[in-house]
Amino acid sequence: MEFGPHLMLATLEGAVTAAILALTAMGLSVVFGVMRVVNVAHGEFYMLGAVIAWFVASTLGAHPAVGFVAALVIAPLLVGSLAALADVLILQRISYDPERTIVATIGLLYIIQQTTLMTFGPDARPVEAPFNSRIALPWFEFGDGGFALYWPWGLSITSYKLFVIAAAVVILAALWLLMTRTKAGLVMRATQQDSAMAQAFGIPVARVYALVFGLGAALAAMGAVLIVPIQQAHYLMGGDPLLLSFIVVIIGGLGSLPGTVIAAVLIGMSDGIISVFFSPTLAKILATLAVAMVLVFRPQGLMGKSAA
Amino acid sequence: MTGKDAALHLGVLAVLLAAFFVLPEYHSGSLARIMVLAVYAMGYNLAFGYTGLLSLGHALFFAAGMYGLALSMQIGGWPALPAFLLALGAALAVAGAVGVLALRTRGVGFMIVTLMFAQAGYLTVLYFGAWTRGDEGFALPQEVRNLFGLDVTTPAGRYFAALALFAVVLLALGALVRAPFGRTLIAIRENEARAAMLGYDVQRLKWIAFVVSGVVSGAAGAAYALLFGYAGATFAGVQYSIFPLLYVLLGGAGTTLGPFVGAVFMFYLIDLSSGITTAYMLVAGLALVLLTLFLPQGILGTLRRRALPWLP
Repeated sequence: MEFGPHLMLATLEGAVTAAILALTAMGLSVVFGVMRVVNVAHGEFYMLGAVIAWFVASTLGAHPAVGFVAALVIAPLLVGSLAALADVLILQRISYDPERTIVATIGLLYIIQQTTLMTFGPDARPVEAPFNSRIALPWFEFGDGGFALYWPWGLSITSYKLFVIAAAVVILAALWLLMTRTKAGLVMRATQQDSAMAQAFGIPVARVYALVFGLGAALAAMGAVLIVPIQQAHYLMGGDPLLLSFIVVIIGGLGSLPGTVIAAVLIGMSDGIISVFFSPTLAKILATLAVAMVLVFRPQGLMGKSAA
Repeated sequence: MTGKDAALHLGVLAVLLAAFFVLPEYHSGSLARIMVLAVYAMGYNLAFGYTGLLSLGHALFFAAGMYGLALSMQIGGWPALPAFLLALGAALAVAGAVGVLALRTRGVGFMIVTLMFAQAGYLTVLYFGAWTRGDEGFALPQEVRNLFGLDVTTPAGRYFAALALFAVVLLALGALVRAPFGRTLIAIRENEARAAMLGYDVQRLKWIAFVVSGVVSGAAGAAYALLFGYAGATFAGVQYSIFPLLYVLLGGAGTTLGPFVGAVFMFYLIDLSSGITTAYMLVAGLALVLLTLFLPQGILGTLRRRALPWLP
């Protein structure tokens, strides 16, 4: 393939990465925004979403679409309830002390990951996509006969990948509506701005925290259910999304929701494009160092407001 | 006060010395490993336990020491002693640079920045796989592994080399935290603003503590490579940044013997459970959660608060 079609392919693959990343990072960002805690176990909630999707799809055994839709409902609900339970049992008891929360969620990370290893096993397992037709993409050239469209060999995307992008956009839009247009969102934003004052006005802050923690985990699980027909479910799959979500949330400004989406698109796209043309390890090293530098010199994030 | 401390430390060292002749070979081998890991945790304790710097990236310094020694011996053909000094220099340089940058942040920012630097270090080890052989790692040949004529490939040589390092670090750090410098670090941990107001150069003191902590961790990494003859990327991974935190939390942060106590308990817990299941890190996860919930001061910290207020 020539450079142009190759770049287009990389961009499309990058868009799929960006869509999933936006969902996962948004979960982390919502939790940080409202509760001011960093959840290190976030990647494991993502992994759990994928594993539950596999369990649901293989138990139902019906048409792949039935299993997939069921997983898309069941996995986020289960993962969200588990996270809310962890919030009540662990985080609430240490009163969300920022440093102890990180230590406790590191513990939670190992508990979830190793329990999955004991039950689900060390193998990677696939989930069948509900539909998966290949769509060939055209490219243009200026030949002897002037401008012409043609279909280069290998330049194609599956309908499922397009669906993933669309689904992520729909979910994020729904989240935005929830946060800005509903009573629940109003309560969450009130708790975010001043939890003591919210408590004084009769908002059950403890319950809001548990729900927000569950919502954050459920968003990660949704991202995982969407990706699992493309990547297989595996007990160690939570590491990369965790690191990338951290990067996105930091670049976008901790707790800033629009910043998170913009950063996810930026990082997801460039990750896709860079890893096509450069060594992925080198790209990761540079990205990690760059993010550390952002935190050192601009702790409010590139697009965040000051004094985050 | 100080008499009791010294007696306790020397008593522990005497027991460890005697232990080699009493314990069966399997356990004395484990104890040698535990002492090296305890040195790592003692280094970590200076930053976390005494200065209040919760780093999630100390594996970077452990690995700097480990690869500083292993690569200079493997590729440079250096003898063990200069290689060990080079390892300390490598840890010093890395900790110095990371300290300058990371100490500009505090709290959660500091945790994430150190985590990111360590991740970059881990990826760098993988990137130079031609020399480091990545996750697979490489073994140091037996014939080069001796220090002052002491063959560290024999059980006895390994045990006493580990004990010597452990003793030096325990006594040196024990003295350091009793000295005015150590007292100032505790003041910074308890109330940074007040320490600054009293006229201490808080930023510089934190940097020194961080660098000393990194160098001790690097010494542990170099000793690990020398005594057990192996260097691999696993030791640079997140897990090895979590271990010293776990040891220190379990044993008691800000106590001189806490890191050793924590390392003994955790090592045997993980050793026993890895005999039963491959998911042995489950124990570490449970320990972290339960410690934060029920025993935030660790074993020796709780003991000090309840019964033995003089415990160093």
